Amino acid sequence: MIVRISGEDQYRLADEKTAELNELDNAVVSACEGGDEQGYAETFASLLDYVRKNGERVADDELAGSDLILPPADLSFEEAGKAFNGEGLIPD
Amino acid sequence: MAGLTGRMSTVVKAKVSKLLDRAEDPAETLDYSYQKQVEQLQNVKKGIADVVTAKKRLQMQEKTLQQSVVKLDTQARQALSAGNEDLARTALERKNVAQTELQGLDTQVTELEEQQQKLTDSEQKLRAKIEAFRTKKEVIKAQYSAAEAQVRISEAATGVGEQMADVGLAMQRAVDKTENMKARADAVSELEQAGTFDDITQLGGGEDDIDRQLKQLSSQPAVDDDLAKLKSELGQGSGGETPQIAPGGDAGASTPAPPSEGGQS
Repeated sequence: MIVRISGEDQYRLADEKTAELNELDNAVVSACEGGDEQGYAETFASLLDYVRKNGERVADDELAGSDLILPPADLSFEEAGKAFNGEGLIPD
Repeated sequence: MAGLTGRMSTVVKAKVSKLLDRAEDPAETLDYSYQKQVEQLQNVKKGIADVVTAKKRLQMQEKTLQQSVVKLDTQARQALSAGNEDLARTALERKNVAQTELQGLDTQVTELEEQQQKLTDSEQKLRAKIEAFRTKKEVIKAQYSAAEAQVRISEAATGVGEQMADVGLAMQRAVDKTENMKARADAVSELEQAGTFDDITQLGGGEDDIDRQLKQLSSQPAVDDDLAKLKSELGQGSGGETPQIAPGGDAGASTPAPPSEGGQS
């Protein structure tokens, strides 16, 4: 599947990595829900790192939609909370 | 994947589908999409130009403040040589404020530089995707039936649209940061406009905005240090220079004592 890290690149990840990615994602979500800022910073960073390390970068001129889009690395805890509460990261 | 990432994907997909709203004739859709893409690329360029402008404005303010710091320092020395410690203190207090502002500006300029770099990278990626789309649309027009073309257009447009949404997000974040900086930039302008840095004779006169701000600041220890340092510098280094206002008055021949009696070394 193709995963985009917002503000960076798209990465092609083998399907068997999905479960691990999902676990990392859940860790971020629960840190956000628990109001754990430090935990958020750590889990979010490791989620992005996992994609960067395990994925293969998609060429700039390749036209592929992503299956998953991750927020930008500089997403603050506050923004993460908002995204999670449904305001969305990209205003319409 | 629910939660954070799921939501993010949904928002972007909604944006992309707007691009494909006008899907009647595939060839027309392709040309329309491409035209929209090129238009949006122009907007991205404009956005980058705005960030650069904001950065330049901050850099100019930095320069002005740096000059003010030098000037205020000179004024403090002059005031102290002339035996006017209050005036020297006020000048040093203002210098302190200016220095604090300078540090803030410096951080912001660095931040804007990062934003600019990110946007430029994004723009290049978007340009590459749009170029790929342009090639692909001709292939699709030439080779596929209407039904097949729809599918392929959707794929290709999603690739571009997503990149576009991504640049849009980066842009939005840059704009938000710039907005935050405006407040500080305005504060610095006010600091300059208050005229405090221009005319030393007005110092110590009426109370202005700066004075009030100064009183709120806990810069006192720093200013005291500066003042003590300046005094010792002047005490040692002023050589034959005689202060214009001698503290004692009639004792002409004696070396003028430093303005304060307090023990400073």
